[in-house]
Amino acid sequence: MSLAETTAAPATRNMAKFAYAVPVIGFALIAVFPYIAGPHYTILMFSAMGFAIALFGLNLLFGFTGLLPFGHAMFLAIGAYTAAYLTAAKYMSLELILLTAAAAAIVIAIPVGLLCIRYIKIYFGMLTLAFSMLLYSFLFKFYKITGGDEGLRIKMPTPSLFDLSKHDTITILTGPLYYYVFGLMLVLALIMWRIVDSPFGLGLRAIRENEQKAKYLGVNVQRYRLVAFVVAGVYGALGGVIVAIPVGLADPSLAYWVQSGNLVFMLLLGGYTNFFGPVLGAVLFIFFQDQLMSYTEYWRLTFGVLLAVIVIFFPNGLMAVIDRRRWWST
Amino acid sequence: MLSSVNILVGGAFHAAVLFLVACGLQIVFGVQKIVNLACGSFYAIGAYFGITALALAFQMHVPVFGYIPVLVGSGLLLAAFLGPVVERVLRFIYHRDEHFQLLLTFAFVLMFEDIIRIIWGASPRQTENIYQVFGEFHLASGMTIPAYNLIVIAVAIALSLVLGWFLQRTRFGKIVRATAENAAMCEALCIDVSRVYMVVFTLGVALGTTGGALVVPATAASLDMGVELIVDAFAVVVIGGLGSMPGALVGALIVGFVRAAAISIYPEFEVLAIYVLVIAVLILRPRGLLGKAI
Repeated sequence: MSLAETTAAPATRNMAKFAYAVPVIGFALIAVFPYIAGPHYTILMFSAMGFAIALFGLNLLFGFTGLLPFGHAMFLAIGAYTAAYLTAAKYMSLELILLTAAAAAIVIAIPVGLLCIRYIKIYFGMLTLAFSMLLYSFLFKFYKITGGDEGLRIKMPTPSLFDLSKHDTITILTGPLYYYVFGLMLVLALIMWRIVDSPFGLGLRAIRENEQKAKYLGVNVQRYRLVAFVVAGVYGALGGVIVAIPVGLADPSLAYWVQSGNLVFMLLLGGYTNFFGPVLGAVLFIFFQDQLMSYTEYWRLTFGVLLAVIVIFFPNGLMAVIDRRRWWST
Repeated sequence: MLSSVNILVGGAFHAAVLFLVACGLQIVFGVQKIVNLACGSFYAIGAYFGITALALAFQMHVPVFGYIPVLVGSGLLLAAFLGPVVERVLRFIYHRDEHFQLLLTFAFVLMFEDIIRIIWGASPRQTENIYQVFGEFHLASGMTIPAYNLIVIAVAIALSLVLGWFLQRTRFGKIVRATAENAAMCEALCIDVSRVYMVVFTLGVALGTTGGALVVPATAASLDMGVELIVDAFAVVVIGGLGSMPGALVGALIVGFVRAAAISIYPEFEVLAIYVLVIAVLILRPRGLLGKAI
């Protein structure tokens, strides 16, 4: 049972029949995308799915718990560097890489989270930013361990489901691996839906609305926040692995604060008030950026204006414009 | 001995510039409760504008002692244009959640990076041998200190004294501090709070642009100098305490000297050391060394 369900007016409850329409159409488009677009755009969609996975985690913190981390890109870097280390050591299994990235994210997110969740609002954002910059400067400066500013190469990992040995990189990225990542995104979205639709998810929303009241109702605020932080970290690292595969490189800029800002930008673009906002935001950001960069070198100016317009006039994001019903609201 | 003098002078120079930019961050946060990520961008655009102003001064045969007033003046002039415009856009979201205010300033970071690129191009810019024109001091032990570094430190001290006088002694300064304390009450007392906000934000921009203009004779202006500086300025305000001016001074000195020491002793720890310090402060004393209770 979701909060939206209990509070929806009768008129909107009837609309729940079509609640699946927008996400189903959206996911169907992503599924047939390799058949209607060229390899360049398909690989872009591949990265967008990676970002969407990371954003599902980010939205658990921002949309559901009301905490805005300004250093979440740290987990992208953790995922990417895990992939780099493992493929360099000849562990090519994608499942192993994903599991190790998740484990690494948990190991790092627990102590970092324990410190960060003691604060809320702007202080939470600043502390996460400080930790991500700590990781960034480590990755940037310790050349021998991390490859410094050149980063580390990531070889193409192989999922155990398919035999990819006789394909070239582009065929893999636009074919079997594309659908592997698509499936991964669907599974992770489903898991995230189970999380936010559970009593735990309701507890997070209660914390977002009113921390004091949530506490009186028996919600262990700090523990809930910590679990949300760790889950968000795991999603971030899994997204980081996927994002880094088509690039073939893990470099420190993944952990830079501007990257964290871009993550929040994507989330806001898609809409943090909708469960599927992350997917829309990631796809729009990646494709819009690609198109703009081919027309003009001044894409940041356009993006800055776009972000300003969204923040001022459409703070709920585009998903809220497309789908006004409250069924998927956070 | 040589390295310790280098650390002292280099650290103080960096601290002086950081202090100016951090003051801009502090005054905007103190009064408007907005963490202005764009303050680094104002610093960068101030640097580029300073180079242009110096080139003009060069053509008009301004004498050497006129360079510093030209740089400071260019910073103030630029802020007088930029401040009110940016503040007007921020005014849309004063009543909203602080997360959105932070994000709107991030939008300005993206915009200003390209505005600089459009006006001045992507390659780094430098002034021609202005740095040497000021000469250097020779110490007894044969070491030299560039005079320009000392001038910048002096100018930063002078500017901060003027700022302190403005906030503590003038009528408008008192109104600014009252608005920081309780904006709704000030509004009730017939104070034009939106005008106060505009002046304060412009002042914050001016501190950033002037800091940027003062640094260009010593270093080249580049596109990433803004996003890089905000990381340091941010460390300064967290260590010193958000919204506290004396905190900005203490924070700037700590960050300036730690960075200078790290560069000459163990370069790998340049940024790392500062962030370990930031995290330590946030954990042990989240309000910052001199900040008010959260």
